[in-house]
Amino acid sequence: MMAEHQIVIAGFGGQGLLFSGKVLAYAGLEEGRELSWLPSYGPEMRGGTANCNVILSDTPVGSPIVQHPNVLMVMNNPSLDKYEAAAVPGACIFVDSTLVGRKVQRSDVTACYIPATQMANDMGAPGLANMILLGALIAKTGCIRFDSLPEALHKVIPARKADLFDVNMRALQMGKDFTA
Amino acid sequence: MQQKVLMKGNEAIAEAAIRAGCRHYLGYPITPQTEVAAYMAKRMPKIGGVFLQAESEIAAINMVYGVASTGKRAMTSSSSPGIALKCEGISYLAGSDLPALIVNVQRGGPGLGGIQPSQSDYFLATRGPGHGDFHVLVFAPASVQEMADLTARAFDLAEQYRMPAMILADGTMGQMMEPVVLPEAKEPDAAEKPWATTGTGLRRKHNVITSLYLNPAELERRNVERFQRYAEIEKKEPMWESFMMEDAEVCVVSYGITARISRNAIVEARRQGIKVGMIRPITLWPFPEQPLLAAAGQVKGFVCVELNMGQMKQDVELAVRCRKPVDLCYRVGGMIPSPDEVLQHIRTMAEGGERK
Repeated sequence: MMAEHQIVIAGFGGQGLLFSGKVLAYAGLEEGRELSWLPSYGPEMRGGTANCNVILSDTPVGSPIVQHPNVLMVMNNPSLDKYEAAAVPGACIFVDSTLVGRKVQRSDVTACYIPATQMANDMGAPGLANMILLGALIAKTGCIRFDSLPEALHKVIPARKADLFDVNMRALQMGKDFTA
Repeated sequence: MQQKVLMKGNEAIAEAAIRAGCRHYLGYPITPQTEVAAYMAKRMPKIGGVFLQAESEIAAINMVYGVASTGKRAMTSSSSPGIALKCEGISYLAGSDLPALIVNVQRGGPGLGGIQPSQSDYFLATRGPGHGDFHVLVFAPASVQEMADLTARAFDLAEQYRMPAMILADGTMGQMMEPVVLPEAKEPDAAEKPWATTGTGLRRKHNVITSLYLNPAELERRNVERFQRYAEIEKKEPMWESFMMEDAEVCVVSYGITARISRNAIVEARRQGIKVGMIRPITLWPFPEQPLLAAAGQVKGFVCVELNMGQMKQDVELAVRCRKPVDLCYRVGGMIPSPDEVLQHIRTMAEGGERK
């Protein structure tokens, strides 16, 4: 297992990218890991491109800025264009293939194509493509344990939306099953 | 072990201020520090505190002056352009010997600038943010944990020395989340403040809070007395962290977010066999001159890493009396250097120590 997961989650504002990163961060907290979570902020929060850097480590985190991700999750074309080149050799790239029209060009990385938006629409939860991708990402990279997720989700989902817990867990599980 | 929670730097400042006994937050929103105000707006009404969004930054800092005059812990927060507006009020606080906390989560300037991280208010903070001869205590946190811990310390020292204190953070430190152990909660305003204007109860002479002294001799005396206090602070209160300095031949000097990036560069440089360490100032005023001067006898040179055009570099050159070359690795305008950029500066200094 990699000692340090340097994760970039990128796409359009509104796709739940920061939320996905928070789920990872809270799961990491649950496991007593060292971690940082850094969002892009400003105009991209209102519809432009947005991203979130998460570092999960066994040693104290230096810079919270992920320059060369070894785990990448992308939910639009511009994000794949921007981060594919930045990824380290051997990186895992998770692509929402409903939204991203092209394949990963590099041959020294592992690409996972998941039609997450289509799957989310089919399950009647169109906002949860992010959780399907995240489920796949966690299952494949082992950056956190799957059984840390319920506790993390309880912390990230606001109390007034607590009824969304089950459907989020289902989406995560669906992503996990997709990679199996 | 105490429980760790996940918080944004801005939220950690707000919660730590409440735990330090602050019950008065006066502010005006601006990116990238609005979470401080948002947190206070939620929490203060629940604990009998005051959250007030003023009509402007200038109004907010003058409300801080009012609260501070009564001996209560008061704070405001803003980002660079907003801090510039507050400078008159900060000068009045200093001239009246009032404690208060001002948080500056810096963004790129000058002018309206941008909203991405910056450290370009270093001069503004460390040279006395306002007119007249004065200083404020300046703390530069490099983690969410320090955002919390230094907020508590800033309140305590501000009160002890009766002067304003500033947390000088940046957009990254404000927006990022990390695990943090929050400081113990203190009783609000526990310390005795015989100078505060709290009503005489007809038992004592009334206190006066003012910065107006029309008698030049008295104003001179007040200034000189204040600087005697500053001299004591410069002796007792500098804070810094040394990292891998034992056998270092190059010394990186950096604070806040750039210290975190430098740390990555140093670890990589060490892996490549370059003997490099870092002295990270935690207080920017008082500046930790002593460890830097000591390091000047040991290293080939210094590499300053900051998000401005070399403002702290001047303090480093003064601290080491220009005995060794001091190089600068900078990005500005909201750009942030990569560890590789820092590493190149470290390597150049290690190989030749040439001044650029």
